[in-house]
Amino acid sequence: MKRHFLLLFALLLCSQWLVAQEEDLLSMLGEEKTTDYATASFKTNRIINGHSIENTAAGVLDFKISHRFGPVRQGVYDMFGLDAATIRIGFDYGITDRLMIGVGRNGNEKIIDGFAKYRILRQSTGKRNMPISLSYLIDGQIKTLKFSDAERDNKFTSRLYYTHQLLLARKFSKGLSLQLMPTLVHRNLVPTRDENNDVLAIGIGGRTKLTKRVALNVEYYYVPEGQISTTYANSLSIGFDIETGGHVFQLHFTNTNAMSYKGFITETPEDWFFKNDEGRMLSGIRFGFNVSRVFTVKKPKGLE
Amino acid sequence: MQKFIFVFAALFLLGNSGYAQKLFTRDAKIKFSSDTPMEKIEGLNKSGTCVLDAATGKMEWKVLIKGFLFEKALMQEHFNENYLESSTFPNAQFKGQITNLSEINFSQDGKYTAKAGGKLTIHGVERDVNVEGTVKVSKGSVEVLSNFVVKPEDYKITIPSLVKDNIAKEIKVVVSAVLQPLKS
Repeated sequence: MKRHFLLLFALLLCSQWLVAQEEDLLSMLGEEKTTDYATASFKTNRIINGHSIENTAAGVLDFKISHRFGPVRQGVYDMFGLDAATIRIGFDYGITDRLMIGVGRNGNEKIIDGFAKYRILRQSTGKRNMPISLSYLIDGQIKTLKFSDAERDNKFTSRLYYTHQLLLARKFSKGLSLQLMPTLVHRNLVPTRDENNDVLAIGIGGRTKLTKRVALNVEYYYVPEGQISTTYANSLSIGFDIETGGHVFQLHFTNTNAMSYKGFITETPEDWFFKNDEGRMLSGIRFGFNVSRVFTVKKPKGLE
Repeated sequence: MQKFIFVFAALFLLGNSGYAQKLFTRDAKIKFSSDTPMEKIEGLNKSGTCVLDAATGKMEWKVLIKGFLFEKALMQEHFNENYLESSTFPNAQFKGQITNLSEINFSQDGKYTAKAGGKLTIHGVERDVNVEGTVKVSKGSVEVLSNFVVKPEDYKITIPSLVKDNIAKEIKVVVSAVLQPLKS
């Protein structure tokens, strides 16, 4: 009996091997679980005015030239606002794949801005599952415009503005990404006592791909009432990202002339459509664009 | 009793057949380059999977598209987003057969010319391919190498006219794998 059992066992082993032969070779290895991170939720690290969840890759320098123009309603005389251009020239740099920094100079109010953005969570599936991406942004702005009243005891600190922002994003599909941006803008000096030094705002942004190389972006910042003067509006921007190999062109319509956080969140001049004092319907829509060009400064490791 | 142990051992050995028949690696190198006067584009993936059954000559390769590294991060993004569409087609794969198996002796050191034929799947498009390569056997380790050319248009990878001078019509691919015995 015992002998028969052994023989049976041996045959069994043998037959198992024969079965294994028939199988797919790769499936014999078993699936190795890897983490698949969501990439390219947005085309660049800005949605339109504010930041997107994307970071500049480590060792890459991103040179940005951005313009905002005057209201389109001014017509041919001002070339639909093109004569009233403000510019921001900036450089972004990726220190690691999680940390990036940047500086820029805005023509509007002669603001110099600087920021650091850190990727806390990355949306992923597979071995590690994470439904959202989360980043933290800190941005400081210095207004270098001459003080309006030179006689007053003007302090340097009155020139400073700070922004803290959380970026929560999810790439829902290949073509759709959405983002929420709870934001705090701190202003050391405000024009009147009625305005808050700390302004809380919530931003919402999204991207949908129209073709492989063209995407539609929307960005809206809502400032709950009672924090800023009622003469200011919430900023709404709609634009297209067009990618041409080395460049990304972002062409958009917006109602703000500022590219600094304190500017487009707390000082957007007009709504997209509004009635003036005489009751005439006017539009505050302006044209603008960002052009981004990247340069690889430090080559990534692991290429040899 | 002893006789049966012998039968058992013989059968077991037959199962594993002296030389370890199945060889594999998860560190296969896949490198491709596109050379044009305008631009040189290179991608490297060092974590491809390759399994070879030395007894039958059956061979399979698989590589994760997202795992290709480029010198320029933007190239890598475009490669995934616009050309290979890695979110839809995450892998490239080869399933085939060494066709001149009788000319290769896996238990004797040497360098053998190998021919392989099978199906190469890239960007969701499966095509029959025949490639030549080398099998190097030395001190029990087996290394498989091959160079071949892939045409993007064969795999429905469309290149917009704006960058058609920057991307080669024929992409050179180099694959290499140092294989280890697979213990199953």
